Amino acid sequence: MLRPRVIPCLLVQNGGLVKTVGFAKPKYVGDPINAVRIFNEKAVDEIFIADIDASVLNKEPDYDLIKKLAIECRMPLCYGGGVRSVEQAERLVSMGVEKVALSSAALADPTLVTRMANVVGGQSVVTVLDVRRDKSGAPVVWTHNGQRRTDQLVSDAAKLMAESGAGEIIVNSIDNDGAMQGYDLPLVAEVLAAVSVPVTALGGAGSLAHIKTLIERFGLIGAAAGSLFVFKGVYRAVLINYPSRVEKDALMAGLASNEGGPP
Amino acid sequence: MIAIIDYGVGNVAAIGNIYKRLDIPASLVGTAAGLAAADRIVLPGVGSFDWAMGRLNRSGLRPALERAVLEERKPILGICVGMQMLARGSEEGRSPGFGWIDGHVKRFEPQRGGKRTQLPHMGWNDVQPVDSADLFADLAGDVRFYFLHSYHFEAADSVNVLAVTDYNGRFVSGVRSGNILGVQFHPEKSHLWGVKLLKNFAGL
Repeated sequence: MLRPRVIPCLLVQNGGLVKTVGFAKPKYVGDPINAVRIFNEKAVDEIFIADIDASVLNKEPDYDLIKKLAIECRMPLCYGGGVRSVEQAERLVSMGVEKVALSSAALADPTLVTRMANVVGGQSVVTVLDVRRDKSGAPVVWTHNGQRRTDQLVSDAAKLMAESGAGEIIVNSIDNDGAMQGYDLPLVAEVLAAVSVPVTALGGAGSLAHIKTLIERFGLIGAAAGSLFVFKGVYRAVLINYPSRVEKDALMAGLASNEGGPP
Repeated sequence: MIAIIDYGVGNVAAIGNIYKRLDIPASLVGTAAGLAAADRIVLPGVGSFDWAMGRLNRSGLRPALERAVLEERKPILGICVGMQMLARGSEEGRSPGFGWIDGHVKRFEPQRGGKRTQLPHMGWNDVQPVDSADLFADLAGDVRFYFLHSYHFEAADSVNVLAVTDYNGRFVSGVRSGNILGVQFHPEKSHLWGVKLLKNFAGL
């Protein structure tokens, strides 16, 4: 049985690992290489590493760091941040990154997704949709680390990205980021209904129960989380953690089919 | 020495790192001399079929690779697109494959039996070895590997099927013809199960 994926999401800034709340207030939580080593030991399903400065500051990806991370990772690595060209994606994939994540560049020019997929394969092109609900509750896509509003609703953007050749959509709730109060489930449902590629939810997971709820509702889904896997306890002490295999299997109990999409 | 073919495609370093931890001699090889010195070969692959075939063909390694595999019969393990390259060709592109194992690479059906197939096939799935000796020794039972692909190998002769996996129907997740082996999943990204498989390959 293909299993839902439980994915730690690590944010990188100036070579260090940080965690944000509502896409703001980055707090230093440690060294990324060290974190990857710990996640290796914990046998995580996948890891998503995003450089939160690269696109905002118009910087190149930090290839030295990414290379070290890729060598260290005994699990698949998805990297995002500052990727704007096919050549960059090619370089990242040849360094051992399995999946390259795009956001602002893909939304500005969806043909970039197509051109990239033609070279590195659609399975390696991921688009991240950062979503903030407006006053009426409509899910609007934002870019540049939540600083620029687009005029696109999440379902339209997801459809466009999938049609352009993206192999996965990560839907990230800015409103729920760091709040640890649970995923925005209606938001995830909208994206799943719009596309037939794998979808990963990010933003809001504060407990394994939140992940269990997500999996029970949607079945084959990626459950990504930042705070949950780097903080422990009410004082948000930094402690890298991840469910054991038994705990993880319990999150997926009741799933018995390989049906794609929502049940 | 295991030669991990370094043609700018796939996670050569991660494979090298695993062999280093296992204390099994392996090096990244980008030259014909390197291939000649090896006793077995790992052919990694990611990306699209044509991109990977194109890079391999342009690397200049192909004649040395053919000699090593077809004449000297050194064991070779193709990984992901590296396994697909063993086929005659792929629906994903126009380049011919090596054609070392009779078969063609096809795209998963988007729908089967009224059920939608989420594509790509992405994540951890079970692998059932047909032959649990050699490559899959001690890898029976609850064995999971990481997959990331939308195309799969359709073997012309079932004798070449080494392992199968279920994803809205069974597909071939491992192939073998003598010294030529391939796996569709990524052992270098599959934790201890992957490490075991790479170790088994080193002992073939």
